[in-house]
Amino acid sequence: MNDTQARATVLDCISAVAPDAPVDDLGGSDELSVVLEIDSMDLLNIVVAIHDRCGVDIPERDYGKLATLDDFTAYLVTHAAV
Amino acid sequence: MADYDFTLPALGADMERATIIEWRVASGDHVERGDIVAIIDTEKSEIELEIWHGGTVREILVDAGEEVPVGAVLARLTGVDDLLGALASSAPSRGPAEASARRPPRGAIVRSPLVRHLAEERGIDLEAVQGTGPGGLVTRRDVDVASAEQQRRAAVVLASPRARRLADERGVALAGLTGTGPAGAILAADVPRSTSSPGRTPAMVRADSMRRTLAALMARSKREIPHYYLAQEIDMSAAMEWLGGTNAERPPAERLLPVALLLKATATAAARHREFNGFWIEDHLEVSEKVHLGVAVALRSGGLVAPAILDAEDKPVTVLMSELRDLVARARAGRLRGAEMSSPTITVTSLGDRGPDLVHGVIYPPQVALVGFGRIIARPMVLDGAVVARPVVTATLAGDHRATDGDRGARMLATIDRVLQSPEDLEDRP
Repeated sequence: MNDTQARATVLDCISAVAPDAPVDDLGGSDELSVVLEIDSMDLLNIVVAIHDRCGVDIPERDYGKLATLDDFTAYLVTHAAV
Repeated sequence: MADYDFTLPALGADMERATIIEWRVASGDHVERGDIVAIIDTEKSEIELEIWHGGTVREILVDAGEEVPVGAVLARLTGVDDLLGALASSAPSRGPAEASARRPPRGAIVRSPLVRHLAEERGIDLEAVQGTGPGGLVTRRDVDVASAEQQRRAAVVLASPRARRLADERGVALAGLTGTGPAGAILAADVPRSTSSPGRTPAMVRADSMRRTLAALMARSKREIPHYYLAQEIDMSAAMEWLGGTNAERPPAERLLPVALLLKATATAAARHREFNGFWIEDHLEVSEKVHLGVAVALRSGGLVAPAILDAEDKPVTVLMSELRDLVARARAGRLRGAEMSSPTITVTSLGDRGPDLVHGVIYPPQVALVGFGRIIARPMVLDGAVVARPVVTATLAGDHRATDGDRGARMLATIDRVLQSPEDLEDRP
């Protein structure tokens, strides 16, 4: 999975979890919890959505590394099988 | 330095008049903020009346023995220092009665066209102004004070960063908006699309009507329910450790959030302390056979709903978690079921990992208890005489004093604590 695909996947997952959040103007380094008001329940749902879509299982101990769109994108690029 | 008219405050929403029994001060006396200046007699009891501004008593206008309405000027002071500062730092000794005393009993009384004009010019809502003139009349100085207070507040507008950014992009002034977040903070949903066309989304319209319904319910709660409040700090080490180990072995869809453990512990405790699980109907408690656990869910549009997880005491924590995820998703999509909305027998509010340390909740009538959880945070605890850092959560109970008392409430909280010390049992039925 390249950077563009990964970014699109993450954005899709965020939109699915928080349909009313304005992901279109989300910057790569914006903190999701601050800018989109994403809480721990939303974060879990995003992790579930990513697991469902591309099989990447993000363990709980890694949640702390995932604050921004860039963080998620990099994580997917590193961990996705294809 | 300023003059100040000391008026009869409404000490309780239902107080309309009082009789001065005696003055403790005379013309020429100096008074300090918080001094008792007079004894008054209301329908309920005699009350020692404090003054909230320091200064010199110039003139006493109401003699002992006279009965006067709320808002009447009792005395005039001169040399009052920093009128605004005294208003702004009104906190410590002002109880609920004092807070309500700042509001006139029936709207604001305005006679002077000049005052009306001034208020209009400065965008002051006269209904919200405490009149200090005779009979609660709003004077020019009251408008000056309200205006200064408004400017002070406008300087510190509470808003989420996302709301700030949206307001900036859309050219909307934050100070003019009404916030629906904690402490009136402005959230993204409170920011209109643009100043020319308010562009209210269906979600915002729904949030408005939700707010009105909630307003009526919460006002009723505070009017009818004599709340008492208890708090207990709970060591979450065992719970968090078990949670970490459990989640490490599970795929994302089956993982648990700490809130699921808190909900399960509350449901278990409510099942054991039935007097907290039910409704106050007319003059008696009707205990519910089942625990239908209400969960307060904040909506992104700014509303708040508290639907129930049905039969929560019978469900293992994993089932509770999946139902909670489903419930929150549907609450946010506006698709809740009638049974979920009408059935809660006790409610939990947990303001999440970015929330406050503790929350003193307002009971949803006709329920008789609300359990609140602050965020789970590492704090120093004393264990075996040594100070160690532990994850703790502060659990609070708001109880209806008609149905239960503090002793019962303490046991309820103790059970929640005890259950959370054996988290592995939360997977079993009780």
